[in-house]
Amino acid sequence: MSTSADTPMLEIDGLEAWYGEAKILFGLSLAVAPGEAVALVGRNGAGKSTTMKAVMGLVRRRARRLALHGKDMAGLPTYAVARLGIGYVPEDRRIFTDLTVGENLDLGSRAVRPGDGGLIGPDWPREALFALFPNLAALQDRLGGQMSGGEQQMLAVARALVGRPALLLLDEPSEGVAPIIVEQMIGALAALKASGLSLLISEQNTALCSAVCDRAYVIEQGEVRWQGSMDALDSAVEPTRIFG
Amino acid sequence: MTAILEVRELTKHYGGVRALDGVSFSIAPGELLALIGPNGAGKSTCFNIVNGQLRPDSGTVRILGRDVTGLPSRRIAHLGVGRTFQVAAVFGSMTALENVQAALIAARGAVFGFWRPATTIARDEAMALLEQTGMAGEAERPAAALAYGDVKRLELAMALAGDPKLLLMDEPTAGMAAAERGEMIALVQKLTRSRGLAVLFTEHSMDVVFGHADRVIVLARGRLIADGTVDEVRTDLRVREVYLGGTAAAEAAG
Amino acid sequence: MSLDALLFQAVNGLASASGLFLVAAGLSIIFGVTRIVNMAHGSFYMLGLYLAVTLAPKIGTWIGGPFGFWAGILAAALVVAALGALIEMTLLRRLYGAPELYQLLATFALLLVINDAALFLWGPEDILGPRAPGLSGSVMLLGRRLPEYDIFLALIGPAVLIGLHLLLARTRFGRLIRAATQDREMVAALGINEALLFTMVFALGAGIAGLGGALQMAREPASLTLDLSVLGDAFVVVVVGGMGSIRGAYLAAVLVAEAKALCTALGVVDIFGFTFNMSRLTLVAEFLVMALVLIVRPHGLFGRPQPPAARGGPAEPPLRPFSAPARLLALAAVALFAAMPLIGTLVSYAPVLALDMLVAALFAASLHFIMGPGGMASFGHAAYFGLGAYGTAYAVTALSLPTPLAFATGIGVAAFGAVLFGWFCVRLEGVYFAMLTLAFAQIVWSVAFQWEEVTGGSNGLFDVWPEWPFDSRTGLYLAAFVVTLAGLLLLRRLVFAPFGMALRAARDSRLRAEASGIPVARVRWLAFALAGAVCGAAGGLFAFAKGSISPEAISVGRSIDGLVMVLIGGVQSLIGPVVGAGAFTLLQDSVMRETDYWRALLGLIILAVVLLFPFGIAGGLSRGLRRPGGAR
Repeated sequence: MSTSADTPMLEIDGLEAWYGEAKILFGLSLAVAPGEAVALVGRNGAGKSTTMKAVMGLVRRRARRLALHGKDMAGLPTYAVARLGIGYVPEDRRIFTDLTVGENLDLGSRAVRPGDGGLIGPDWPREALFALFPNLAALQDRLGGQMSGGEQQMLAVARALVGRPALLLLDEPSEGVAPIIVEQMIGALAALKASGLSLLISEQNTALCSAVCDRAYVIEQGEVRWQGSMDALDSAVEPTRIFG
Repeated sequence: MTAILEVRELTKHYGGVRALDGVSFSIAPGELLALIGPNGAGKSTCFNIVNGQLRPDSGTVRILGRDVTGLPSRRIAHLGVGRTFQVAAVFGSMTALENVQAALIAARGAVFGFWRPATTIARDEAMALLEQTGMAGEAERPAAALAYGDVKRLELAMALAGDPKLLLMDEPTAGMAAAERGEMIALVQKLTRSRGLAVLFTEHSMDVVFGHADRVIVLARGRLIADGTVDEVRTDLRVREVYLGGTAAAEAAG
Repeated sequence: MSLDALLFQAVNGLASASGLFLVAAGLSIIFGVTRIVNMAHGSFYMLGLYLAVTLAPKIGTWIGGPFGFWAGILAAALVVAALGALIEMTLLRRLYGAPELYQLLATFALLLVINDAALFLWGPEDILGPRAPGLSGSVMLLGRRLPEYDIFLALIGPAVLIGLHLLLARTRFGRLIRAATQDREMVAALGINEALLFTMVFALGAGIAGLGGALQMAREPASLTLDLSVLGDAFVVVVVGGMGSIRGAYLAAVLVAEAKALCTALGVVDIFGFTFNMSRLTLVAEFLVMALVLIVRPHGLFGRPQPPAARGGPAEPPLRPFSAPARLLALAAVALFAAMPLIGTLVSYAPVLALDMLVAALFAASLHFIMGPGGMASFGHAAYFGLGAYGTAYAVTALSLPTPLAFATGIGVAAFGAVLFGWFCVRLEGVYFAMLTLAFAQIVWSVAFQWEEVTGGSNGLFDVWPEWPFDSRTGLYLAAFVVTLAGLLLLRRLVFAPFGMALRAARDSRLRAEASGIPVARVRWLAFALAGAVCGAAGGLFAFAKGSISPEAISVGRSIDGLVMVLIGGVQSLIGPVVGAGAFTLLQDSVMRETDYWRALLGLIILAVVLLFPFGIAGGLSRGLRRPGGAR
């Protein structure tokens, strides 16, 4: 296995995915380089969330190639994908509402297993985590269900980080949270990127995308319709057609 | 002019958490009122109390001057309140037309009819409502096969079936593409004017709120922290502090 | 009644509560994580008891009697846990994505198979176990002898409750269970092998139930009826305590067991000059406890409202009247059945079978009415069949009413039962509805079994023959044909009427229906009552056709037969249940008569249907209508 610098962190080629009988992804291909932040944009229903779920093995999927830093994971179940080195922050956060903040973090803490060949990412001791998300420090004994939406969003990111992934999938981190939380989230994501973590972010909020991401893929109807640098996204014809 | 909806001093606790704390506001006919605030600020609680899905610990809800506090939602529906949901809810096993017919039958209190086929009842009225919401072309399609934007329009047509005076819309544009969002809220705005409706809606898209609402109220931690025109709320320091933020988002909202 | 008698029964009640609690706790934990209501959970209890009475003496001969007893209990629990793990890995894993109804049916099929396996291994006779060494004596308390073993059992419940609480609150395994209860996918996405977790949870739940059964070794004999009776009790306990709440399950188990114990303690009492034998009313006590709790707290003592579970499969296509070819086919079938007496002159058996089919069709169609358009899959529809049959039979034999009036009485009794039970049931959704309907049916069955003065007890009522002109085979057949046809047409008309539309609307989206002003609870209640009345008519016809009615004919098995008929024909079609009823009757008549192990055979048929068509037979046909790209 090659682990040279040009081995992509995430490599997706010809990804197809289904919800029950309905096919959602039709041969989608993309790549994320180590340390890179990539935006996945497209309207609702285009297949952004499904792409992330397909990587995690949460929906039925098939791909010519699906690899994390050269390691094939096309046939792996969800837990094995996570152990390989991928952290997942789902849309609508999916915090364990009956568990405390501390217990939520504890459940996430053994995600990546270097012993099983997992690719371990930057370490986030609690102090560093609470420096990133100051709100969480005081809430450790609070039940997940008693937190505001913004706090839950931060906890969802923190819960993924304590597992020490090398790649983080963030599904709509700004959806349904207050603009002021979006600002904090932009700051936190920039810090994550600076730490060397690779990021794949699905997002509708252009402010967040342009502040954090290097490149973007535009998805429509389960296929990639455009790709390019973040700067080129604004002036490109195809995205404009899609978003009106 | 009497307010269509008048909410006084609503308070609601969940366990030790105060979800709503003395919230009061009212809506006049023809007014499009946006209710915004951070998640967990009490928007849903407030909505569900007005709609009758929840009972407040204290406070009153009056619709057209009548105290409806604590009435079940189906009674409130009969008093002239239409409702749409964040995730649009329609009857998936029926055609679009049948969906509106079902809503009309319910609105007329004709649910306990045991003989005449329901599809022959209120057909013309149902078609008229579908036309008003731009759904006439989809009348015979099963609701489960409609595109999501069309489901939202169908739901709006159903909410209008009882000829309501007040529409409660929970995130009317959630899940729609940017272009669709504008069309949807413009449609709501048009209906508000032409029918003399009052609309209370929550929304996360600041484009929609600041582009279309007549008035905005802001909830934070269960309290009403602002109530005013779009411009007043946008420049309100407390709203910026707890919700809008100071920089990028507020600019985008402008 | 004296205070010491009451104390005696109170301890006895606590001892029963422990066993009940162990089953209910296991059921709750398994449901929490896997979202499957395990219908075979009573079977684990039963197996635990059978294994214990078999293993304890055997182990005793190796390591000495006193240790053998306790080692036998432990071994039985472990074997059941291992069996649970095996079942989870081979069967349940295939069901996690399937519609709720299929999960319920598949685990019920498991119950049938296990029951016949126990029959094969241990025979039909009850087996008594050894007494508990060291605890076979009794303690004197207030001048009354309390068996030591009962006191021991009474303490087991709280001990297991505390143990489970510590496990869930303090250990990582417990945190995993609580997290998976809420969101299993997210647990997996955090690197946790959830398949292994599910297997462990299922083994834990099965083992606890097995332990509960094994511990009863010194108190009651192992019997083949335990699986269903314990399951019914456990459902009551879980519904009363609140699904998913362990402490709720304990409190409910104590409440139910103590209410029964109190009735037994009261014995025969005089109230206002009327004499009641309270010890016969234990089942009524159970019902009253459940009713009281559910009126005050619809989700049980510690339960929370659950989000409606995914119904699975695609939305149904819009209802359409018969197409021209379908109308022709239906008319041909009607003509065929109308001509059956003539065919009977050639094939004498044909009208007998046809009459069975008519009864089955009416029964299945009435179930389908609440299950299909109503979205409420009842696991206790046999109750209304039984009420109709017993009501009719009682009116004929004891009251000597004329045939039409007796038949109407049966329908009235069934409708009354459906109105009473329906009030509670229609407030619940999905598995809760299924559990409560099954519990009510168990209660009806038990009353039929116990209330000898009216129901004839285990023998039932016989000589239920109709009068002229229905006393000939042809007369009865034609009357049944007219009743069935009228019932089917009525139900069909209702589905298309505004009432049926409101019922379908409430099934599709309760939220939207309420917001549109549809009184959902009342619509469902009336639908439940109507279905009960039509089902009662089927029961009345059955009583006349057989000339008798016994508890066996109205057991849970009949409820399940109805579900299988509807599924074979397809839930989404109005004519489906009628076709399914015909096919099922033929199958029953030809294959199942040939074997002693028909339960296992039926179980295997159900498993085959469920595993081969995990999204419903009709689901496969309507795929073309599925919304493309519906999920985000």
